Amino acid sequence: MSRNGGLGFERPGRHGAFTMTSSGGDNWQTCPPREFFEVQAERLMDRLYGTALRLTREQADAEDLVAETFAKAWARLESLEDRQSFEKWIFRILVNTFISAQRREKARPKEVLAEEDAPPGEFSLFEKMHQPFLLWWGNPEQRLLDKLLREDIESALDTLPETFRLVIVMVEFWGFSYAEAADTLGLPVGTVRSRLSRGRSLMQHALWEQACQLGIAAGPEKGAAK
Amino acid sequence: MSARYRCGTGERGGQMINDLRCEEVIEKLLDYLDRELDSETEQALANHMETCRACYSRAEFERRLRARINEAGRAAAPDSLRHRVRALVERY
Ligand SMILES: [Zn+2]
Repeated sequence: MSRNGGLGFERPGRHGAFTMTSSGGDNWQTCPPREFFEVQAERLMDRLYGTALRLTREQADAEDLVAETFAKAWARLESLEDRQSFEKWIFRILVNTFISAQRREKARPKEVLAEEDAPPGEFSLFEKMHQPFLLWWGNPEQRLLDKLLREDIESALDTLPETFRLVIVMVEFWGFSYAEAADTLGLPVGTVRSRLSRGRSLMQHALWEQACQLGIAAGPEKGAAK
Repeated sequence: MSARYRCGTGERGGQMINDLRCEEVIEKLLDYLDRELDSETEQALANHMETCRACYSRAEFERRLRARINEAGRAAAPDSLRHRVRALVERY
């Protein structure tokens, strides 16, 4: 995070005065709003931007999304009752901002279709890597994890329909419980659970295809859809 | 059903350890890793995995995969974004 010297606010070095952890001390609970906001912004910048990139899949859109998120958060900071919950609070703002922008851009029925198009049932990368004809390799699944590049994972995520990507991002990147994700998205918990399960399934299928292309996994189903 | 069997093959099937079949463990595995189970069920899965290598390996794989996926949730924010946020805070 010091790559860019922080946000470049004046009074460098004061960030070290208190640490922003979820169980941080008193001073960041009571410090002036601006100071609090600056430190949090710096702490969460790369995570918010990384999340926005996965949601929008475009650098310029991701930057706009995070900038708009911060603008809203700054304007509403006084409404945040417990500063400990800042992290999830600002992430919710990001998600809602993203969803509103998507709604403006396209009709929802398309999304529903995308969800219905997803193959039902579960796909397990682990089971695929454990097929008997692969076992002579020793530990194929570890080999797979070692060989996959960040960009392989990014492109697997990017292939998911938006509704699935959203819940994966909420639960895996931000540690939301299913209930918290459901609350944020205005959905029943069961829907969150099933989207998560199908999203992970699809993602593991995409990673399996990458593994086949990388030659880490090969077999009769190479390149074939499940 | 208190009979306990060894589970060494990793096949999804009827083997039972600590009152749970591997099949049930796999079915609940994602909820387990997401910490969505009630504490009793969570403990039952944890106990099962202490003695079942097949389920343990699978859980470990899912955990490591998640850690890799998590890396994609963080990206170096461009300077232009930092400037925008700084301008925002300085304006008010
Ligand atoms: Zn087992």
